[in-house]
Amino acid sequence: MDWIVILQAGVASGTVLLFATLGEIFAERSGVLNLGVEGMMLIGAMSAFSVAVKTGDPWMGVLVAMLAAGLLSQIHAFITVTLQADQVVSGLALTFLGTGLSLVLGEGLSKAGTVALLPAFSIPLLSRIPLLGPVFFTDQNVMVYLGYLLTPMAWYYINYTRPGMHLRAVGEHPAAADTLGINVYRLRYFYVFVGGMLAGLAGATISLAISPGWFSELTTAGQGWIAVGLVIFAQWDPVRGAIGSYVFGALRRLILDIQGPQTLLWFANPFYYNPYWGFFLQMLPYAFTVIVLVLGSREAVRKRLGAPAALGLPYIRGERGL
Amino acid sequence: MTHPPDNPEHPPLVVEMRGIVKRFPGVLANDHVDFSLYKGEIHALLGENGAGKSTLMNVLSGLYRADEGQIFVNGQLVEFRSPRDAIRAGIGMVHQHFMLVPSQTVTENILLGLDDPRFLLHLNHYHRKIAELAEQFGLHVDPRAKIWQLSVGEQQRVEILKMLYRGAQVLIMDEPTAVLAPQEIEGLFETLRSMTEQGKSIIFISHKLQEVTAIADRVTVLSKGRVTAAGQPMAGLTRRDLARLMVGREVVFSLEKKPQEPGEVVLEVEDLHAENDKGLPALQGVSLTVRAGEIVGLAGVAGNGQRELAQVIGGLRKPTKGRVLLNGVEVTRKPVRFGIDLGVGYIPEDRTHVGSAPNLSVTDNVIMKKYRKEPIARGWSVDMQAATRLAEELKEAYDIIVPTVETPARLLSGGNLQRVILAREISNNPAFLLAMQPTRGLDVGAIEGVQRLLLAQREAGAAILLVSEELEELLSLSDRIYVIYEGRIMGEVRDGDIEKIGLMMTGTPLEEIEGGENA
Repeated sequence: MDWIVILQAGVASGTVLLFATLGEIFAERSGVLNLGVEGMMLIGAMSAFSVAVKTGDPWMGVLVAMLAAGLLSQIHAFITVTLQADQVVSGLALTFLGTGLSLVLGEGLSKAGTVALLPAFSIPLLSRIPLLGPVFFTDQNVMVYLGYLLTPMAWYYINYTRPGMHLRAVGEHPAAADTLGINVYRLRYFYVFVGGMLAGLAGATISLAISPGWFSELTTAGQGWIAVGLVIFAQWDPVRGAIGSYVFGALRRLILDIQGPQTLLWFANPFYYNPYWGFFLQMLPYAFTVIVLVLGSREAVRKRLGAPAALGLPYIRGERGL
Repeated sequence: MTHPPDNPEHPPLVVEMRGIVKRFPGVLANDHVDFSLYKGEIHALLGENGAGKSTLMNVLSGLYRADEGQIFVNGQLVEFRSPRDAIRAGIGMVHQHFMLVPSQTVTENILLGLDDPRFLLHLNHYHRKIAELAEQFGLHVDPRAKIWQLSVGEQQRVEILKMLYRGAQVLIMDEPTAVLAPQEIEGLFETLRSMTEQGKSIIFISHKLQEVTAIADRVTVLSKGRVTAAGQPMAGLTRRDLARLMVGREVVFSLEKKPQEPGEVVLEVEDLHAENDKGLPALQGVSLTVRAGEIVGLAGVAGNGQRELAQVIGGLRKPTKGRVLLNGVEVTRKPVRFGIDLGVGYIPEDRTHVGSAPNLSVTDNVIMKKYRKEPIARGWSVDMQAATRLAEELKEAYDIIVPTVETPARLLSGGNLQRVILAREISNNPAFLLAMQPTRGLDVGAIEGVQRLLLAQREAGAAILLVSEELEELLSLSDRIYVIYEGRIMGEVRDGDIEKIGLMMTGTPLEEIEGGENA
């Protein structure tokens, strides 16, 4: 096992989680929990791949993927922000809808043949840094580099800009924002849309860059759910979200690779001799997600982690207090 | 519209509201209300809960739109579609429930919703600007502090600053003293005076008579949505006059409290420690006693452990250390019913969700502590006829005004609902009664009724612990008063010394106060 290769692949596969996690951070910071990430990612992956097949232009695929997933997210925004329905139920429904839609529309797409992918390249100079160079800056996809840019931008935007301040206010105390003339509804629609676009970008990153192709619901294989869990793990902070995404990306890769060699370091590799143990390993990220979601649904834990105070609550104007 | 003529004897009018009508489904909240405000005055808006004060001011601050009537600001007819319009016209409201984002800094809260800064925050520049403004009006607060780190009084200053920063000329203060300790109230009054000296005008909403007499230049009184006194100068008005205007009848101020010797110790709280919902320490070694036939008050600013203490005594929260004894029997770490059977009566703070089951009938609500026993219980079934009979009796005895006892509790007014709860708790003849904010949100008439019932229980020999944020109520009902601050008892007062209570409420232990006097 080559550790550099595993880490390099981990960063690549973590980029998918990163986009989805950043998107969900934006939505949740505005007070809207969107459990439809998985569905939006599938729509993104499917539409990116199919547009790239049709037009031969992967960038067109990325653009359409973001718009399609963003559009899908607006159903959730309408149901939860305007109709003020339960965010959990609506989000789950959105995942079902997105999954179903992508399966129907993506019928036959897995046999569509080869397609132009997003480019991969090395960064001069930076790739020569020992250890970091090969892991982060050598032969990575353009999307991976986009992830490096997006993370600090998201962090700075949320913490140090006026619109970011408004975003935080709307998620923490929408009534206070409303009395100061901030349009709570419009902002929530907007950030749910941003979340959808980033989930679409995550989907496109899978099907056009990291593991190209359309393999129906196995394309995302539950990564949308891992992203939802990572948001809690990241305490709604983009930088922590990025760290978590890359760690999980590396773990996913490690779980695949660990079953290969006959010996692990100097032990006999138990995963090689008992292939069924591998299923247990593959389950771990999802088990983690379930545990984080269960813990994160507890009010006391959420407060301690610093969840946006109005997360999950519809805003109804004129109600006293919050 | 024509410009309303200025009276040469008065400073110019900044706000004039004419014939404001606001209807809510089933309620006429404002019935042709007129209101005027001069430049540089403090104008009190007085009325009971539900009299229409807040509605009127929500109309003026742009949150609601009036169904009829006109608003003039500096003589110009205006129409506010949102709070933003009102602020632009120089009218800012300081809400009773602070509209501040706890996780953001003072500066961020003040800048929210403004167009300047455009994109990047440049916080240092604005920290300085806000500190200067705070200095000008004597509103001391650190612009870099996060809201959750501030005391309630400081948070209120941030609210005021928020409006001043937006160039507000008129400040609407909605019950600004409800959350403050006595010393903080004095500080607020000084701030308000300094603002009127600098040309600001203030509307002071309140239902507390002594504050209105202390601070206001003029007063407008609302009762059931109508004006009963329009902009009368405070000079020459007594508290009694104001109370009559508010309620529409004479109100007795001093309740009759017979002197009586307290009996045996009924409730004993020993070194109680407990955590709040966030897992932080809420009680840190509380000890107190309540004897039979006395009312013991617990004073303190909200959120200093009162709720947790009540919950531990009521059996709803487990302490981390210490115990509660009732007539010598430990009730901590026991089921709630164990305490009930020993004679604990509990009037919770939240009467709609904890104190009653809103969708159940009055009958169901009054038998909640009796349905296991004869005569309501018959074998394993509930004798509904006996229950109804009991409910009818209690309805008569406690003056509960409902069409029938089958009416769901949620349809009752606050005062009536509180009487249902009192009927349930008191008709059990409790040895110990825990009353948590029993009169909060009730109108003056209903408050009087509840207080009378508590005094009657005292005479009947019950031990009563009264938790309240209304100092006046504590002083008039209690035989002794403990003061709680950050989960610790700061001391005990027997002579009703309001200054000592105030100092303890803000964290000075009694020994220090008395030590200081002797030195």
